[in-house]
Amino acid sequence: MTATADKATVAPVDTVTLTIDGTEVTVPKGTMIIRAAEQVGIEIPRFCDHPALKPVGACRQCLVDVAAPDREGNVRAFPKPQPSCAMAATDGMVVNTQDTSEEAERAQKGVMELLLINHPLDCPTCDKGGECPLQNQALSAGNAESRFVDTKRVFEKPLPLSSEILLDRERCILCQRCTRFSKEIAGDAFIDLQNRGAMQQIGTFDEDVLGFDGYGPVGVAAEDESGKAFSSYFSGNTVQICPVGALTSAAYRFRSRPFDLVSSPGVSEHDSSGSAIRVDHRHGTVMRRLADLDPVVNEDWITDKDRFAFKWQNLDDRLTKPLMRNDEGDLVEVPWPDAIAAVAAGLAHATREEDAKGAAILPGGRITLEDAYAYGKFARIVLSTNDVDTRSRIASDEEQSFLGAHVAGTGLGVTFADLEKAPSVLLVGFEAEDEGGVVFLRMFKSVGKQQVFTVAPLVSPGSAKLGATLVPAVPGAEGAALAGLDKDAVKALSEEGAVIIVGERAAGSAGALTEALKLSRKTGARIAWIPRRAGERGAVDAGALPGLLPGGRDAGSAKARAEVAKVWGVDDLPGARGRDAAAILVAAGAKRLDALIVGGVTPSDLTGDALKALENTPFVVSLEVRRSEVSDYADVVLPVAPPTEKSGTYVNWEGRLRGFATAIPTDAIPDHRVLSLIAREMGVDLGTHSLAAIANEIAALGTTEASARPKAPAVKRAAEKASKKKDLVLASWHQLVDEGSLQDGEPYLAGTGRTAVARVSQATADALGVTDGMVTLMGRSRRSLELPVHVTDMVDGVVWVPSKSPGSWVARDLGLEPGDSISVKGGV
Amino acid sequence: MPKSDDVWEVNRERDGQTKPFESNLPKKGAIGQTFAPVAGFGVTLRNFFRPTVTEQYPRVKTPPMPRYHGRHQLNRHPDGLEKCIGCELCAWACPADAIYVEGDSNTADNQVSPGERYGRVYQINYLRCIFCGLCIEACPTRALTMTNEYELAGPTREGLIYEKQDLLAPMGKNMLAAPHPMVPGTTDDNYYRQEVTEPVEEQIEWVREHRSDDPTLPENVKAATAASEGGRD
Ligand code: SF4
Ligand code: SF4
Ligand code: SF4
Ligand code: FES
Repeated sequence: MTATADKATVAPVDTVTLTIDGTEVTVPKGTMIIRAAEQVGIEIPRFCDHPALKPVGACRQCLVDVAAPDREGNVRAFPKPQPSCAMAATDGMVVNTQDTSEEAERAQKGVMELLLINHPLDCPTCDKGGECPLQNQALSAGNAESRFVDTKRVFEKPLPLSSEILLDRERCILCQRCTRFSKEIAGDAFIDLQNRGAMQQIGTFDEDVLGFDGYGPVGVAAEDESGKAFSSYFSGNTVQICPVGALTSAAYRFRSRPFDLVSSPGVSEHDSSGSAIRVDHRHGTVMRRLADLDPVVNEDWITDKDRFAFKWQNLDDRLTKPLMRNDEGDLVEVPWPDAIAAVAAGLAHATREEDAKGAAILPGGRITLEDAYAYGKFARIVLSTNDVDTRSRIASDEEQSFLGAHVAGTGLGVTFADLEKAPSVLLVGFEAEDEGGVVFLRMFKSVGKQQVFTVAPLVSPGSAKLGATLVPAVPGAEGAALAGLDKDAVKALSEEGAVIIVGERAAGSAGALTEALKLSRKTGARIAWIPRRAGERGAVDAGALPGLLPGGRDAGSAKARAEVAKVWGVDDLPGARGRDAAAILVAAGAKRLDALIVGGVTPSDLTGDALKALENTPFVVSLEVRRSEVSDYADVVLPVAPPTEKSGTYVNWEGRLRGFATAIPTDAIPDHRVLSLIAREMGVDLGTHSLAAIANEIAALGTTEASARPKAPAVKRAAEKASKKKDLVLASWHQLVDEGSLQDGEPYLAGTGRTAVARVSQATADALGVTDGMVTLMGRSRRSLELPVHVTDMVDGVVWVPSKSPGSWVARDLGLEPGDSISVKGGV
Repeated sequence: MPKSDDVWEVNRERDGQTKPFESNLPKKGAIGQTFAPVAGFGVTLRNFFRPTVTEQYPRVKTPPMPRYHGRHQLNRHPDGLEKCIGCELCAWACPADAIYVEGDSNTADNQVSPGERYGRVYQINYLRCIFCGLCIEACPTRALTMTNEYELAGPTREGLIYEKQDLLAPMGKNMLAAPHPMVPGTTDDNYYRQEVTEPVEEQIEWVREHRSDDPTLPENVKAATAASEGGRD
């Protein structure tokens, strides 16, 4: 498949040859002059031009002298300098830039003078100072002195477009990079140009804020649910591309200067896309994160979560020393050797004594490939169990077979580029914007050219932007919806290059994955599994699931076990069927486990009664970055390194390895080394002390052939629930910006999130007798949620609430999963 | 023991040089040669009859030249707001990396300098500073200047890292300690143009409300002067 994709791009392209400053250059037809000049190392000053945005010619800073052949072939000069960013190169064109043409130089100086007329020149206060294209180009292409003596235009500053994004209209040069990004790339035009002439400005559509006087916005304002403007998930990118300091972020406001910062490349820990980021830190503290250019993955963009949510790593509750219970039962700091010895003793007691009930591991889904490998191996050869599961979320055996048969160790599958080119995409249990982030941006690039179908109870704002067609499905009955897909959709998916994306929520619907596979076989569309958390795919590859060994091997197959045992240098691996995360919690709650190792798992994300499980387990070890609810129940707490302070690899949903190096070296140690220390204390050489050792082992294990893999799932699809008379079916997913624990400590980001509402259809609302006001959702554990109701065009008999937004913590407060039935009452 | 001339001889032989060594210096006359061994005392003798330049430091402290580069000072506006905006330009200019600054936002409750930004952390490390004065040239607000104070020695490293409170200029006459709001109706521009000349009643009222015991409040200043004058009697 990659071969065909490549063939398409290698097709011969028409080229044109032109002369720039006396140098001949040949470029593909349609290339702008400014790009052609870059190829021969000539830099033309520019502001509005951005390689990822469409040309607009708004700032006029890039003026150059152009001459081109006319109809008779005589090279004739244009009467005036032309914007090089908005003029395509043609054959025989002769371009003279500021380096060779006095006129071009004069034109550029003139433009610069005009741009600076109303500029406040407050660089010392401005966050962009020191890395500002306007500063740099004013020096390189501007006059040394200003002739402007009149009063400058003033605006109130800063104007908060959202809690995170601040606008200083005095500094803005109206290049429209921000508004073009919002429209072209993110698809949420929350900001636009307003007014004319000297009063022209960027603004939100909130008339009160801007004090419109007789003017009104021209376009129709897109408004989010919270009624707040510019609550875009991608708004941080506008700060990065604004060529002046007009857009700044509240989080980085006045924090440091570019010369203070050490920049380290990194990979975002927030989702399974593995976006490239740049981590800027000062004296060992992360000050900000920026998008790094990675053309094959995130291109120029990242989500606001990737950009702004990094404080969680260094909040006050950060663990630096191991903690252990003293005689009074309080957690006290102890030296590493004591803690390791205690853990080893406790685990030995739980697994090696006679009638010991055994131990289990919940590593959580946020770990690196190496950590996942270490957890999986630790469970098998130190604890002799298959009870290890990174999926602390909705999961099923069907999903595990699906992952084993089609995902684990299959390397690069569907890629971002494939997704962009796909003529049609079917989303199953997956919200591109909320759960995918940059996946959405890639798909949005093809909006209009790509048919999108979403199997969901409603068209979410993200899907609406993609122009998605709804394949209505009550949660839990996605399988039936897939089986009954109409002819048009099937036909669209039969086109070459079509993609079916299944999200992690597809696991919650019996038969959905089986049906998706069937559909893929029928139509030839390729399947991509896009989970939410960064570590999920790596954990599947590394075998940190109960039924999976590294390289897609089935833990239930003797042949697979033998292969792995050989590389690991052990006689045998445990053959007993492992329990998944939910079953481990149930077993622990019922006192059927003697020890539990818990990694980065947040109890409030779990539907099961995690706290009871922890309480009823005699020996609990927590490997965490921060003190958490798990610490309250843990016997030993071992601090592990957060992503910034360690190296490792995430495997993104494409199957691409996303290695990253330590940004800030500290003495914090990663999970795989902690596990290796514990194992050594227990007399086992785990061999996971270094990344190199793990990489060698993973390479030695390789992947396996189909016979040693789990069988593809064949689960009967669930029929739509015949719900009790008044009960509704719960639909829910995580919004991109919500109260997830990796977004802690970042109030400005939190403020851009969407407020929680309970969505129901008109008919359902009528049946409930509420069309506005509050509704109460009753959960399993007597707790409930109260949310404002929002009538939405959606499937009847379903109520949608966000999974972890302010006031709507579904797992903790309802104890329900999407697809469960729930009773909803009007009023409070 | 070989004499130095012998060594010279040996070396010359080794290098195959046969010509005797000739000095380039002009040859002295006969008298010159006679007095050569004590000529150096001439300088000493001459200075017996010149005025002394020895300074009796530390018993007598002589003021240095007016533009001497001494310890830095962070100045204030006439109403007491700090001039420093925490822009870090001084730190950027410093060739010795002696300055550390962290800026922060001014808020309605905590207006430390005019405008949006102030210097929350300000340190100069006098173990690094070479007193070149590039920092004060870089400062856009004239917050940073240098004083004539040269007594900068100390037994500890920490003691020689001066913090903001060590560097801030003493409160001048009428000044009201920051934080307090700007003079109503002014912008930072008015401050830079020196149009603000003293604290106004609104500012004094604000401080009275928020920090009634502030020693720079007019009534507290009066009380303090009265007390100290009373004490003198
Ligand atoms: S805010 Fe920045 S990006 Fe937007 S138009 Fe103004 S200068 Fe350009
Ligand atoms: S005087 Fe020179 S060395 Fe000292 S702090 Fe200023 S710039 Fe740095
Ligand atoms: S002293 Fe001057 S240059 Fe240094 S941070 Fe303050 S305002 Fe900026
Ligand atoms: S860069 Fe060409 S007009 Fe702005």
